[in-house]
Amino acid sequence: MQIVRRLPLLIMALAACLAGQLSAQPKILNVGNGAEPQDLDPQVITGVPEHHLMIALNEGLIGMAKDGAHTEGALAERWTISEDGRVYTFFLRKEAKWSNGDPLTAHDFVRSYQRLLTATLAADYSYMLFVVKGAEDYLRGKLADFSQTGFQALDDHTLEITLSKRTPFFINSLTHYSWYPVHIPTIEKHGGLKRKGSPWTRPENIVTNGPFRLKEWIPNKIITVERNPHYWDAKTVLLDGINFFPIELTDTEERMFRAGQLDITNEIPPAKIAVYQKRSPELIKIDPYCGVYFYRINVTRKPLDDKRVRKALALAIDRELLVKMVSRGGQLPAYSIVPPGVADYTPKYRLEGTVEDAKRLLAEAGYPNGKGFPRVELLYNTLETHRALAEAIQQMWKKNLGVEIGLVNQEWKVYLDSQKMSNFQIQRAGWIGDYVDPHVFLDLWETGNRNNNTLWGNPKYDALLEKSLDAKDDEERYAIYQEMEGILIDELPVLPIYFYTRPRLQSTRLINYRTTFLDNYPWKYVDLKQ
Amino acid sequence: MLRFLFNRALQSVIALWVIVTLTFFMVRFVPGGPFTAEKAVTPEIEANLKAHYGLDKPMHVQYLSYLGKVLQGDLGPSFKYASRTVNEIIGEKFPTSVQLGLCSLAVALSIGVPLGVLAAVKRNTWADYLASTVGMLGISIPTFVVGPLAVLFFAIHLGWFNASGWFEPRDRVLPSLVLGFAYAAPILRLTRGGMLEVLGQDFIRTARAKGASETRVVLKHGLRGGLLPVISFLGPATAGILTGSFVIESIFQIPGVGREFVSSATNRDYTLVLGTVILYASLIMALNLLSDVVNVWLNPKLRLET
Repeated sequence: MQIVRRLPLLIMALAACLAGQLSAQPKILNVGNGAEPQDLDPQVITGVPEHHLMIALNEGLIGMAKDGAHTEGALAERWTISEDGRVYTFFLRKEAKWSNGDPLTAHDFVRSYQRLLTATLAADYSYMLFVVKGAEDYLRGKLADFSQTGFQALDDHTLEITLSKRTPFFINSLTHYSWYPVHIPTIEKHGGLKRKGSPWTRPENIVTNGPFRLKEWIPNKIITVERNPHYWDAKTVLLDGINFFPIELTDTEERMFRAGQLDITNEIPPAKIAVYQKRSPELIKIDPYCGVYFYRINVTRKPLDDKRVRKALALAIDRELLVKMVSRGGQLPAYSIVPPGVADYTPKYRLEGTVEDAKRLLAEAGYPNGKGFPRVELLYNTLETHRALAEAIQQMWKKNLGVEIGLVNQEWKVYLDSQKMSNFQIQRAGWIGDYVDPHVFLDLWETGNRNNNTLWGNPKYDALLEKSLDAKDDEERYAIYQEMEGILIDELPVLPIYFYTRPRLQSTRLINYRTTFLDNYPWKYVDLKQ
Repeated sequence: MLRFLFNRALQSVIALWVIVTLTFFMVRFVPGGPFTAEKAVTPEIEANLKAHYGLDKPMHVQYLSYLGKVLQGDLGPSFKYASRTVNEIIGEKFPTSVQLGLCSLAVALSIGVPLGVLAAVKRNTWADYLASTVGMLGISIPTFVVGPLAVLFFAIHLGWFNASGWFEPRDRVLPSLVLGFAYAAPILRLTRGGMLEVLGQDFIRTARAKGASETRVVLKHGLRGGLLPVISFLGPATAGILTGSFVIESIFQIPGVGREFVSSATNRDYTLVLGTVILYASLIMALNLLSDVVNVWLNPKLRLET
């Protein structure tokens, strides 16, 4: 009888125990992360999958804010900018620490930047630091004394960076992982500062400074990170850990998501987008991505050396139809070079004209209805979506202009080799910003830029680019960029096709997760429903 | 027998040297190098990268230096994964491929051999047609079709397994079944063919005439000769199965050598390409040798020839 009377009490105690157990379940997020990372050294890596890991493991002076649209101080509590816009003084958080408990100081930044600019390290992204006084000269061996560069630790918590020019997008560029500090004593212990590729990034050795620390790294299987108790803002971190799965096949990733093994996918197979939009719209997210898909033209090859031909080709493409029927990932048709919404910049000049205009331009160039148009080939790398787009555009050119364009498919590295040597007539290409600023999309087309590859150049364009760095404010700078885009749209060394999006699957358990324009949302704000 | 083994070992070493040499020069003549990337790097960086990996030296110097290192068991650093060596990568991945391979081999043999024997013994009956149909299905439906279908049904629809991954023991089941089924089909056909040939021979008739039971005739007298084609096939097949299958490893997200074998070529990771080729070639040679030895042991005619 006594037991019966006490039953509700027992049930309540049991429920409390169970609830306690449930709430004690660690919150682990499972993320599909694309390719296996090259490494976890922020000064050696170059890719997007690595970027997702870097923002979990490391932090720089500036980071992305919770809204995903703006930057905010990360290790830098605040900063000042000199009147001439060249000297930035960063005041570091005194509580900032490395994951082994060591204090994080301004000297760590200076020594890290010295390492990145060490020629023997051969870091691809060392050029990101070239905006700083003396940085390029140090890398090229013209300056031997690093203290003569623009990197100075004024004291343990004050870092001064002097730029060679005003560079208004400097703060935005600091979100890139090339600007993150690295733990120098650990690197010295495991192979030294001058050597590329050493075991300092192994779980048993690595020391980082981000919201999470590395727990496990089994190549091609899993990378697990856990809370970093020494992180200065540890109280904001909501997850107990993240499992990053390197999955290259989007179909495999989608199946893992359906089986509940993943909370976020890196991509989604294009053929499945419409299915999810119809059946489970709550699971699919399509966000803008800071990049442009375009066709690069070698302007030295006939008949593409004539800008009327290039414009005719550009106007004969039905971009609305392409994004709706071929790419099908919610991409935006591109009529300019800079994606809309990049740092509040709005392109003024747009590619405008009808198919009739295209026909007229082609006739003016000497090819009425495509008659006498020489053999031209369009090069793309092996991927189903590139092939489908190329075939659709080939048909549009044939139907609208009467010109026959041949399609050439090359394996990725062979294709890159052709690009590097400008060994093509028309080539499909894409460009994703390293930081959010129109400059990223416009400095590419400077005469002789190693990423230009169109062999196009315009002295007026180059002069404007130079002038843009000295602009007093964004208004003046953007006006210059608009003028530059006007030149690009007039001469069309590249034909813009669409602006990228980032379609992916997301579990409804996710809280606070959104993609940023560069797809590097800070993991510390993300939470998971239990 | 010893002379046979010695000759085969010598042939293998020479063949391996030819394979390594051809691969070494072929990968270097393919357009696009390990550091060819979408974003161009400065000439200084490119030069330093080449110097770091010794690619700035004349080709013959690179070749001799590589051979020297290989003879000492050092397969060099990976060009793609900056902090890892090829020895480490193969050392990490090969055990996984062996696990997958052995499970798949067990599946392949346990389906292929009994069904092949059954098909031969019950020739031109429904059992033969059924077994042959299974064989045809296994050969004609590729693993990239069977794999996802198996995941959709057993993992997503029934929820018995994870869709992909290599974490729990049950994660071995689906990939082993799919890969094993693909190899079971040729084993079934070879067993059937071999058994039919043997069961029609005089010594089988003699055994039957002496009153041996059908089970004894088939399993003792028939199998010994009937499995010879299967054993010849098992040499290269086991090497293939042990070094993994790129398709299976990608579909099921398995960290094995198969994925490295293919991705190293697309990444132009010269040392990793060579490392996986050496592993693959050595395995093929060793297992072919083993299957030859077993063949000689099983077949008295071959024993006389050696």
